[in-house]
Amino acid sequence: MQADLIVFWVFAPISVASGIAMLLMRNAVHAALFLIVNFFCLAVFYLILGAPFLFAVQIIVYAGAIMVLFLFVIMLLGVDQTEDLRERRLIAQRPIAILLGVGFVLEVFFAVRAGIGFSRHAPAGFNVVNAGGNTQALARVLFRAYFFPFEVTSILLIVAAIAAMVLAQRKTSAITLAEQRAADRLAAEQAADAPSEVSA
Amino acid sequence: MSTPIAYFLVLSGILFAIGSVGVLVRRNALLIFMSVELQLNAVNLSLVAFSRMHNSLNGQVLAFFSMVVAAAEVVVGLAIIVAIYRRTRSVNVDRAETLRG
Repeated sequence: MQADLIVFWVFAPISVASGIAMLLMRNAVHAALFLIVNFFCLAVFYLILGAPFLFAVQIIVYAGAIMVLFLFVIMLLGVDQTEDLRERRLIAQRPIAILLGVGFVLEVFFAVRAGIGFSRHAPAGFNVVNAGGNTQALARVLFRAYFFPFEVTSILLIVAAIAAMVLAQRKTSAITLAEQRAADRLAAEQAADAPSEVSA
Repeated sequence: MSTPIAYFLVLSGILFAIGSVGVLVRRNALLIFMSVELQLNAVNLSLVAFSRMHNSLNGQVLAFFSMVVAAAEVVVGLAIIVAIYRRTRSVNVDRAETLRG
């Protein structure tokens, strides 16, 4: 038994357990923290699979940037939001969902067993592919064969940034729900005050 | 490497299934979104595993692109959730039943 198999069997249960824990957590912050654990486990798997660049990107982009954004929005919207899990529109949605999940896992298991088998190891010679370092090898592929898609992703990121600004800005002309409620409250207070002044 | 590739693929399938069940069961829009992230990561793991299996870096490049798209998707998705919260004062997806703006 080699080291990478031991590492796999240590981190695979952690990743599955943290995924299930994320599913069961009532508090959104706890769920986010379990998701970070899961992302770190996946980063370790990338390292086993000979992708140290993706290992770094996974930790920086996912566990760093994306989860910080998630936690920021959770804090912004209030962590004390209680989730009413009983409010269900469909009959027996939860058991059917779990059944579908288990069915999917079994399907993947048998498809993988029939397709490539559980005894097949990765071919040797990944060092040749990663010659001169994984980052350098990845850059050679990315900036030659995939140069145009790489440029297109920059457009995608700009579009996403602009879209976020457009979606998140407050419309000054339209009456927001909070303003409407404040106006209603003011009107109710004035209506309550008015008779007392008449009687006095 | 002595770990069979199939182990990674089955693990990826398990994580994807956990993410799908989360999308179907949870009512909090943020938790649904986190489950979608879990699904994306599960697919990334299978891409990297296939890249190792075929001795080619194309799978890793695709996983890299998938991470970029996921980052863009998170930005837009969270902005939409904030906009829905402003309108309905709730992140419960059952409350957002009208598709009007």
